[in-house]
Amino acid sequence: MFAEIFSIAFQFADVFAFLILAAAGLAIIFGMMGIINMAHGEFITCGIYVTVICVQHGVPLPLAQAIGALSAGLVGIVLERTIIRHLYHRPLDSILATWGISLMVTQGMLIVLGSSWQGIGTPLGSFAVGGYTFSTYRLVLFGAAVGVLIGLYLIYMRTNYGVMARATMQNADMARALGVRTQRMYAISFGLGAALAGLCGALYAPTMTLIPTMGITFIIESFVTVVVGGANVLLGTAPAGILLGVVRTILNAWYGQIAGQIGLLITVIIVIRMLPEGVSGWLSRRGG
Amino acid sequence: MTPMLNVLNGPQTLGNGRFFWTGFVLVLMFALGYPAISDPYDVGNIAYLLLSTLTALGLSLMWGYAGMFSFGQTAFFGVAGYTYGVISINLGASGGLTFLCLLGGVAVAALFAALLGYFLIYGRVSGVFFGIVTFATTLALAAFFGQTAGPEWAIGKARFNGFNGMIGMPPLELPWLDDNIVLEGIALYYFVLCLVLVVYLGLRILVNSRFGNVLVAIREDPLRTELLGYDVRKYQLITFVVGSALAALSGGLYTAWGQFIPPASMGLPAAAMPIIWVAFSGRQDLTATLVGTFLLLLVFQTITVYSQQYALILMGFLLLITVLLVPSGFVIGVGRLLGRLGRGVTS
Repeated sequence: MFAEIFSIAFQFADVFAFLILAAAGLAIIFGMMGIINMAHGEFITCGIYVTVICVQHGVPLPLAQAIGALSAGLVGIVLERTIIRHLYHRPLDSILATWGISLMVTQGMLIVLGSSWQGIGTPLGSFAVGGYTFSTYRLVLFGAAVGVLIGLYLIYMRTNYGVMARATMQNADMARALGVRTQRMYAISFGLGAALAGLCGALYAPTMTLIPTMGITFIIESFVTVVVGGANVLLGTAPAGILLGVVRTILNAWYGQIAGQIGLLITVIIVIRMLPEGVSGWLSRRGG
Repeated sequence: MTPMLNVLNGPQTLGNGRFFWTGFVLVLMFALGYPAISDPYDVGNIAYLLLSTLTALGLSLMWGYAGMFSFGQTAFFGVAGYTYGVISINLGASGGLTFLCLLGGVAVAALFAALLGYFLIYGRVSGVFFGIVTFATTLALAAFFGQTAGPEWAIGKARFNGFNGMIGMPPLELPWLDDNIVLEGIALYYFVLCLVLVVYLGLRILVNSRFGNVLVAIREDPLRTELLGYDVRKYQLITFVVGSALAALSGGLYTAWGQFIPPASMGLPAAAMPIIWVAFSGRQDLTATLVGTFLLLLVFQTITVYSQQYALILMGFLLLITVLLVPSGFVIGVGRLLGRLGRGVTS
């Protein structure tokens, strides 16, 4: 009995981690700037490939993952400085621009990198509970997802950057009048979002086969989590992850992966019908 | 002639003068004569390009005129294609029945659009989220049909065949006297040409009517339009269904044209294509959308022969520079320039 309950909890933790890690970067950028970054999948892919290349050159996995996340963040800052910053007053156009970039990068990688690469294998082995075996690395992923949530909370609630970033998010003109360099806030936020996407890729790199179009694996989950979560990352992402995680775990167990994915979509459509501003909009309205 | 032109012309379309309509007739005459100066393979190919413009016209209506930002038009394209396959294979359709199958495909996709649209529009989902949810819908459908490889995934005799797509549906057949004309090659070309013409003129009448004025008002300011007493959501839902039905018509025709519909038609990068056509062309005008989409498809196809990847990189690049340099679209810019020249000539 305990083994069954643990198995269900384990599967939920796995789905929850995937949703949170996939969505965090997208949610930061959307929450801060109102931009949906259509190149989100490419930042994830960037994290994956940098990690794998580092590991193949003998860098230890955790260090390789940090490098993967950082390089995605750097690419994000460059992109923000060169293109996105021209489009702040036109959020819809910034979506199109990032989509154009996404197409170019994916296809460019297909040309440069070829269709598939050797993966690096999942580390840490497995452990058994009752009659079932579980991958230890999946627990690490769950820990990382919780760590990202806590980290974001600390960054935005406890640091100087966090205060200024939230001020910029609420009222950019007023923040600027008070001496906040809003341009820099946007650049850092976009970089942070990109780095989190890279981190997601880096963390999942050992668990997947490598193809240049693999960013798409994360896209549906990340988008639906952000839609359900709403504009406020701190308030919305975790509840959205829990809600969608429960739905997905149940559907996966009974009907398989694809039913889980479609179930997510239907949940989103129903949630958005009832709470147009997502969970965070609903929570903040109730709160005040 | 004049009263007929009056319903076609109006403030919501570019090209209302004699200059424009003369050019229009010339282009139409060239299109009608084109099969005479070309070989059947090219004609069938151009028919394929033309049928794709229907999706673009629908998106222009939704996005350019009504301000609804759908990233998932390929969902309706695919649903109509698969439905055409399922119905026609199971009925063993031939003759005029194939047209009923096409209508069935469009109807099912339109119903799907109405359902999705109801939840989104009546949930007052705003611009960005509307795009994301429609996008996620088309990707989820692509993923769903991609895994239907086993023999258990079939409706009646029609097998889905997973990633490879559904095959074996009949082409459209037009009953003519005692015989059936199979709509392939030149016959299909003329059929699609007529359809594009009817849709284009029909949409011109629609956007220049009172309905179209309300749509543009909604695009400019939904709240104000609502305060003026219009039920914004009703107008948006109707527009969403009409635009999606046009994508569905494309999908049904595509399936009948190639006798094939793959899940990739709903996934990436296919889902990005209608957005690129319409954004590059100029979403706020039907003529610009029609012309630009056709030209872009022609270029895309020419390059695809050498390398699909390079063709897609070019598409991404075009989208990027359109947004950065000419946000209202390239073709619409050229159209406005021509319009100014045209006025110079007539005055």
